[in-house]
Amino acid sequence: MTLDRRAVLGAAGLLAFPAQAWAAPKGGRIINAMMFAEPAHLNYPLLNTRIMQEICGNINEALLRFDWKFKPHPNLARSFEMSPDGLTYTFHLRNDVTWHDGVKFTARDVAFSCGTMLPKVNPRSRNAFGQIASIVLPDDYTIVFKLKRPVNSFLISFMASNAPMMPAHIYEGTNFRTNPYNFKPIGTGPFKFAEWKRGEYIHLARNDHYWRPGQPGMDGIYFRVCATPEQRLVEMETGAVDIAMADDIDTVVSSRLKANPNIVTRSDAYNGTAEIMIMEANMRRWPFTDRRARAAFLHAVDREFMVKAINYGEGKVAHGPIPSTVPFYDEKALVKYPYDPARARALLDEMGCKPGQGGVRHRFGLMLVPDGGGAWTRMGHYVKQCLAEVGLDANLEAVDWPTQSRRSGNWEFDVDTNSYGEYGDPAIGTSRFYLSSNIRKGVPLTNLQGYSNPEVDRLFAQAALAVEPAEAQACYSKLQHILTYDVAMLWMFERYPLFFHNKRLKNVITGPNGPADGLGAVTLA
Amino acid sequence: MTAFARRFLSRPTALLGFAVFAAIVVIALAAPLLFARGPIAIVGMPLLPPGSPGLPAGSDVLGRNMMIALAYGARVSLLVGISATLCSTLVGILLGALAGYYGGLVDDLLMRVTEFFQIIPAFVLLMVLVAFLQPSLTSAIIGIALITWPNVARVVRAEFLSLRSREFVEAARTLGMRDTRIILTQILPNALPPIVVVSSMMVGNAILAESALSFLGLGDPNLLSWGSMIGGARSAMWVAWWTTTLPGLSIMITVLALNFVGDGLNDALNPRRSR
Repeated sequence: MTLDRRAVLGAAGLLAFPAQAWAAPKGGRIINAMMFAEPAHLNYPLLNTRIMQEICGNINEALLRFDWKFKPHPNLARSFEMSPDGLTYTFHLRNDVTWHDGVKFTARDVAFSCGTMLPKVNPRSRNAFGQIASIVLPDDYTIVFKLKRPVNSFLISFMASNAPMMPAHIYEGTNFRTNPYNFKPIGTGPFKFAEWKRGEYIHLARNDHYWRPGQPGMDGIYFRVCATPEQRLVEMETGAVDIAMADDIDTVVSSRLKANPNIVTRSDAYNGTAEIMIMEANMRRWPFTDRRARAAFLHAVDREFMVKAINYGEGKVAHGPIPSTVPFYDEKALVKYPYDPARARALLDEMGCKPGQGGVRHRFGLMLVPDGGGAWTRMGHYVKQCLAEVGLDANLEAVDWPTQSRRSGNWEFDVDTNSYGEYGDPAIGTSRFYLSSNIRKGVPLTNLQGYSNPEVDRLFAQAALAVEPAEAQACYSKLQHILTYDVAMLWMFERYPLFFHNKRLKNVITGPNGPADGLGAVTLA
Repeated sequence: MTAFARRFLSRPTALLGFAVFAAIVVIALAAPLLFARGPIAIVGMPLLPPGSPGLPAGSDVLGRNMMIALAYGARVSLLVGISATLCSTLVGILLGALAGYYGGLVDDLLMRVTEFFQIIPAFVLLMVLVAFLQPSLTSAIIGIALITWPNVARVVRAEFLSLRSREFVEAARTLGMRDTRIILTQILPNALPPIVVVSSMMVGNAILAESALSFLGLGDPNLLSWGSMIGGARSAMWVAWWTTTLPGLSIMITVLALNFVGDGLNDALNPRRSR
């Protein structure tokens, strides 16, 4: 989810900070990157946002690393095995890893991270680590997790952005929110924290005692504060900055960087996040109580055009709840709603939502997010236009962030704009929007629509507990059919944020976790 | 009155300003007749340059016809500019007249209220007001009126202070006229010239304020105004100059025209400054 980013963008737009004059030394063995805004601290699991993943991914590592097919590979763990009943996972750790302060990294750190700290502060860890019944440490470099019941997303929960390892000797027994090391983090990664000059930069220095041979390939990283989109574009074009991540560059101007011979463009750097742009319809309010109204909504919107024109081709139409770039996606199971305004009108007629005065069938509010005219706002403006053609009058509502969270959390909306990340497994990122047990008033990013289907609840539970991947696939295929038939969400498109880096660097993106896996492998080209 | 018209029209800048402003008013009024589909209709691919088929001013980041958007933007700007100025002028005249005519405690009280509004940075107050009222055309008008009325009130008060002890006012009072009648029929007509000048300048400022609000995303999201066009196209500045330049020029020309009109009115209404 990129909510925090957009929140800060909105605020930054209002305050319009002047451009910073400071610049890191250009070129050489230093990587220059950007921050659209500074994070509040550097305690990774406590504030698991995209900008934190990009910075702290270099400092705090995970036990496993995932390849483009989301298969697990050793990282801090040398090897791992799962018992046939899916209830016991054993990890054998490397014995040559030290924390940045020289203390040995052992199984005790893993037990503390997975058993205590992550479930307590990192929402995405709770699904898997909340099922841990007991943790056994046979020796300093072996850890055995016994689960209450099988959780097939257990391994993927060890992906870097889901489960960064935190040092027990720093955090154990302390208040995680006020620990002074939140401002000078300690990790095991290829770069270590060096300096934080507020308002200017965060400097990470090379970790000379890194365990992976030959890494890091560079001497350090500067994350510079770069508040305005225009400035970020110029910094990239002049080569003052080497890397532009995720939404640093607005898709509107991405064509300029794509055409630049000195810059490499990657559209796969965020496959692991797998973000879907959505609109949520409040299913407690007519006509969205009726699936035909929601189907008509999708038929009325030309989502192909939306991807091509509104998002400048950086994405793909989302036909269902699971993004097409991640496991368990099943195209054959989907009920699709192609662009067909005539069908939309017929569906609305059929359910009794007939044109009244001026051809208007129904007037409702469409709540925008304050992203400063970015992809979400553009999506809202386009949808308003499409719906007008079939007689639905969407009144755009501009709100500030506190209002947005209050109104969506308290279900005070007709339709809102949003997005969600899948994070490698539907049980981590997707089910939270459809489970009836997750209809929780006052909590944003839950099942805000009030969608409730006992069969869906049952299948999600069965899929999350399935030991065999085939069984999970069968459940998720069925789910994709039911959810798309019900139009359980107004899916708009899969957004593929672009990642740019200067040609002078190589090995920048090595897996679907993108920059969240850290920049240890980066070398001069 | 003819002497006034002659004095006003004899100034080339005033004449030019008036002609440009009149043209913008005509465009604003005629927009729905000229472009029936409205400004938010998406007509093609985004960021097509001016001169593309059917797009004399190009298309914006959403593929909307910039020509239509500019014409409809004039409606929003003028509506906000004129309505907000009318509201603030009425409030300003009422409070300024009471303060200036009665003086004493009434004056003290009303002037402290006026100062309360003047010491808060105007635009910050406006942003808070609009965010509080929910962004819409009405809230923009109310907000801008609320931050601009103190200027009118102070001018009106000053005029009333100097006029209230003139002989003709004393004469009216001796004849037994009531206060409201003296204010409305004796003093106000004589205080009007500076009010007209201040108000004409305020229309331009109100248009600027509305543009700034919309630029920041605090305008009515269902309407396209010049400010929201600039705000929405800000990131496209490097690839499509027309998306920000054309609405920017529109704002500049309109406000400049209004300032010329204001200067012309000032000279024409102030006999001492006329040549």
